[in-house]
Amino acid sequence: MKNRILYTLQLADNALIYGHRLSEWCGHGPVLEQDIALTNISLDFLGQARGFYQHAANLFNALPLAEKQGMFLSVALEEKVKKGENIDEDDLAYLRDGWDFRNLLITEQPNGDWATTVARAFYFDTFNHLYYTQLQKSNDLQLAAVAEKSLKEVTYHKRWSSEWVIRLGDGTQESHEKMQAALNDLWPFTGEMFRMTDVEQEMADGKTGVDAAALHSQWKQDIVSIIDEATLQLPEGTRLQDGGKDVRHSEHLGYILAELQFIQRAYPGMEW
Amino acid sequence: MPEQNSNKNEWPLWEVFIRSKAGLDHKHAGSLHAIDAQMAIENARDVYTRRMEGVSIWVVESKHVHASDPDSSGAMFDPANDKIYRHPTFYDLPDELTHM
Repeated sequence: MKNRILYTLQLADNALIYGHRLSEWCGHGPVLEQDIALTNISLDFLGQARGFYQHAANLFNALPLAEKQGMFLSVALEEKVKKGENIDEDDLAYLRDGWDFRNLLITEQPNGDWATTVARAFYFDTFNHLYYTQLQKSNDLQLAAVAEKSLKEVTYHKRWSSEWVIRLGDGTQESHEKMQAALNDLWPFTGEMFRMTDVEQEMADGKTGVDAAALHSQWKQDIVSIIDEATLQLPEGTRLQDGGKDVRHSEHLGYILAELQFIQRAYPGMEW
Repeated sequence: MPEQNSNKNEWPLWEVFIRSKAGLDHKHAGSLHAIDAQMAIENARDVYTRRMEGVSIWVVESKHVHASDPDSSGAMFDPANDKIYRHPTFYDLPDELTHM
């Protein structure tokens, strides 16, 4: 059960951290219409994160006390567990520390310029589309339900980012160069999506999780067809960045959590 | 409408029409900027249908909309003022009939 919780948290953390990154564009988009588009997408991910966190919290609350203790390193969360309190989606989002987060490194990378945000979205949306399609078949009905609901959103995200890759790649000289540079810069973070951790392998074997490694060839085929249409080149190189799923993160995650969690840490239980 | 030349870098303006549910007609919802028709439809989806306002979207580039001249509105519209017999208000309608 512990691994099912950790697996669910990985899905939740991906959605929360990536959604938070996109929310940083709010008020800073290049044009009003795209500002709103990104805010909408950001809210889609927040909704997905909630679905996964609620499920993880329910699974966690059902555990016997002995198994609850020590699952999270965060002191604030451990305090709640010791007191015998149930936890909820907010606790999992706001009270876990960086070394409890299991999101992919690509989701925490900075927004950079527009091309960087588009490239990150393109890699991740294409992955999500394949991933949620499979997760719909999970024998965990909650995971399957969140996947089914999310798939429609993700289908639109993929369309949005793919069209921007084509528009920038097949645009001006400058936009072409920036788009290519962004694809190259983020390429090393794509490998982690398909490397299976022990937790993921166990979940995939038990038909609860998705065999991400099996999605790689389709993912590559999908991105190559867009990259070709955009007159861009598929980045090369196999030295890939890895670690988010094993709670080893880049320096960026700490800053994200500092902003995301500050209010709840400073004023516990605050609502508005 | 005349082409706006004030900012050549600005994306073209589009008028957006939303059908709120099947069977109703598309109504003008507003306008937005976009590079092409496809982007205009997607921007319209993001800007004007966030709260389930629609099931169908039309967009047309604003420059293709031809408008009546406000200066001639007197000649265009005032003559209808005293022709109340053009309104179908002199018929007795059954109570069950609504939306007339």
